[in-house]
Amino acid sequence: MAPPEQDKEKEAPKGPARLLAEPFALTGRKAISWIDNMGASTIFLMRAFVKIFRPKQFFKIIEQLYYIGAGSMLIIMLVGLFTGMVLGLQSYHALVKFGSEGALGTLVSLSLIRELGPVLTAIMITARAGSAITAEIGSQRISEQLDALKTMRIDPLRFLISPRIAASIISFPLLTALFDVIGIIGGYISGVVLLGVNAGTYLHRVQSSVEMKDITDGFVKAMVFAVIVTTVCCYQGYFAHMRTDSHGARAIGRATTSAVVLSCVLILVADYIVTSLLI
Amino acid sequence: MAEPLIEFKDVTKRFGEKTVLDRVNLEIYEGEVTTIIGLSGSGKTVLLKHIIGLITPDEGTILFRGKPITDVKKSDIAMSYMFQGNALFDFMTVYDNVALPLRETTNLSRPEVKRRVMTRLEQTELADAARKYPSEISGGMQKRAALARALVTDPQIVLFDEPTTGQDPVRKNAILSMISQYQRSFGFTAILVSHEIPDVYFISNRILALYGGSIVFQGSPEELEDFDHPFKREVIHSLEGLQKELTGLHSRRQFKMRYRDQLSGDAIGATYSVAVFTLEELDTVASRLGHEAAQEAIKSLGVFLDKHFGAIGGFSTRHSMNEYVTVLPATDLAEAEGILGNFIRDFQVQEQAILDIWTAAQRRSDSEECVALTMLAGTAQGNPSQELESVIDLAKHQQKVIARIRCITQGESR
Repeated sequence: MAPPEQDKEKEAPKGPARLLAEPFALTGRKAISWIDNMGASTIFLMRAFVKIFRPKQFFKIIEQLYYIGAGSMLIIMLVGLFTGMVLGLQSYHALVKFGSEGALGTLVSLSLIRELGPVLTAIMITARAGSAITAEIGSQRISEQLDALKTMRIDPLRFLISPRIAASIISFPLLTALFDVIGIIGGYISGVVLLGVNAGTYLHRVQSSVEMKDITDGFVKAMVFAVIVTTVCCYQGYFAHMRTDSHGARAIGRATTSAVVLSCVLILVADYIVTSLLI
Repeated sequence: MAEPLIEFKDVTKRFGEKTVLDRVNLEIYEGEVTTIIGLSGSGKTVLLKHIIGLITPDEGTILFRGKPITDVKKSDIAMSYMFQGNALFDFMTVYDNVALPLRETTNLSRPEVKRRVMTRLEQTELADAARKYPSEISGGMQKRAALARALVTDPQIVLFDEPTTGQDPVRKNAILSMISQYQRSFGFTAILVSHEIPDVYFISNRILALYGGSIVFQGSPEELEDFDHPFKREVIHSLEGLQKELTGLHSRRQFKMRYRDQLSGDAIGATYSVAVFTLEELDTVASRLGHEAAQEAIKSLGVFLDKHFGAIGGFSTRHSMNEYVTVLPATDLAEAEGILGNFIRDFQVQEQAILDIWTAAQRRSDSEECVALTMLAGTAQGNPSQELESVIDLAKHQQKVIARIRCITQGESR
């Protein structure tokens, strides 16, 4: 029985018809490949997720929490500070036209807590930890370390992937909260300290505008982004050896690029979907 | 014959258009050292990975004790694998690498894990490197770390994928000697993929030859000597160098060719003599000073034999792990005993000779322990109508002690 690809070759149109059909065939192949990968990565996530609760995971999760969570704190605080400051600056100049500069605290806090905090935190962690995860797992794949785990009857998903997923689900919301707090302080610095908005007004507006739902919605987004980023980055590294566009070290490089770009795109897509569901 | 431990029945594996394994049939028996030989790219590693389950066949069946391997629980097969590239985890120290399978798959206490890991590290001469990372140690040490990790769980079956790649001749033989010693001590079944012909013959019970995607030979190393097939010309002869790397002496093939050339042209009834030299207690040297020290001792003896007998027309080869055979053409037994007597006198009078052997071994070891070393020699007369192996056996029966070191200290040789 001929492999499916040969059958398709026999059925393919020839001559000018082929030129017309080729773009559709190419689009079709890309779409099918994309759906295949979505399915495969979902199965990958499900299998890794259930193994979080197996024995001997605790210390590995702590180790990943340190690397993904604690290790990202400084960059999150830095980005949060300047995001808050620039948000305060831009918002002030927009609000002052309507004489509403007193609403600065509301605008800064709700923007950060509902949107900017979860999204920018996820993107920064993708850039810092996500790319490293892809590169690390990719090199372990290429150098047969993952095969070595299998020969020792150690499940690579349980050993490498599950602790990262668990650590991300814990650390993303915490880092988002840190981003929000530092961002609000940044807005205070630019709005109150530099531009002269009343401090009491700013802080009162922050306190009265923010509801528990805003915070929990932000955390829900953060957890969704955690699952997306870790799954995409781990998946790209785990299957780096099966890339058709490159091999070896180049495959790891391309897998890392794909992981970061895909994670960022999916964060923004998921942001819209989750927001529309929660609003 | 005993039931095979592992059996391949018509196993076929393709990668795209290329058929790597084509209806492979083979048997591997429990408690033996089985070596798979073949050209680079012939599918030896693919075959090995089928056994451990990293690759599944496209067609055919793999049986474990008569049952399909897919029906056997993984926990019922204690198997480990030593990768060609070592596959050590870069982010873990040597100690953590070796401890990993014990920590993740057993419930042993930390002290027990430490005891087992340190035992293996000491056996592989890596105790001092326990806290180092793989990138901080040499390629040879990485290979030994991978070996320690493969053996730490006391497996039933151990697969070795080119365990001597990248090693110098002494270390190659030391690793092969180590594998052989552990296999004898712990009784596991060892399956090796190796290019080291004929050194692997010394430790193998069984050879499987992979050629053109199929197994063309299954049998003992002795049976392989008489095997007539294009495989021998293309694979064995290309891999077996003219002179052995370790000793500088003739390879076994060259030795046999020279034996045939020099002795078959003589008149019928022409005699020759054979001398067999054995270094006893080599296992003790290996365990007390290390395997490299043992191999260095063997190497030094080979060099000395070549220097002495090569000058008078004799030719030698390594016959087993601790044995050399020297053929003296056109020499009867009386003459051979006279030549051997001169050799012994040289050996004993020139104390430096045996001290050189000891010093070479000691240089490869960090230990200053006293180790006994005994050299035996025996001669026998033969003629071209006799099988060389029977003459060698006769010479072995005539062996007596010609030199002994009881406790090696500087300046003492007897």
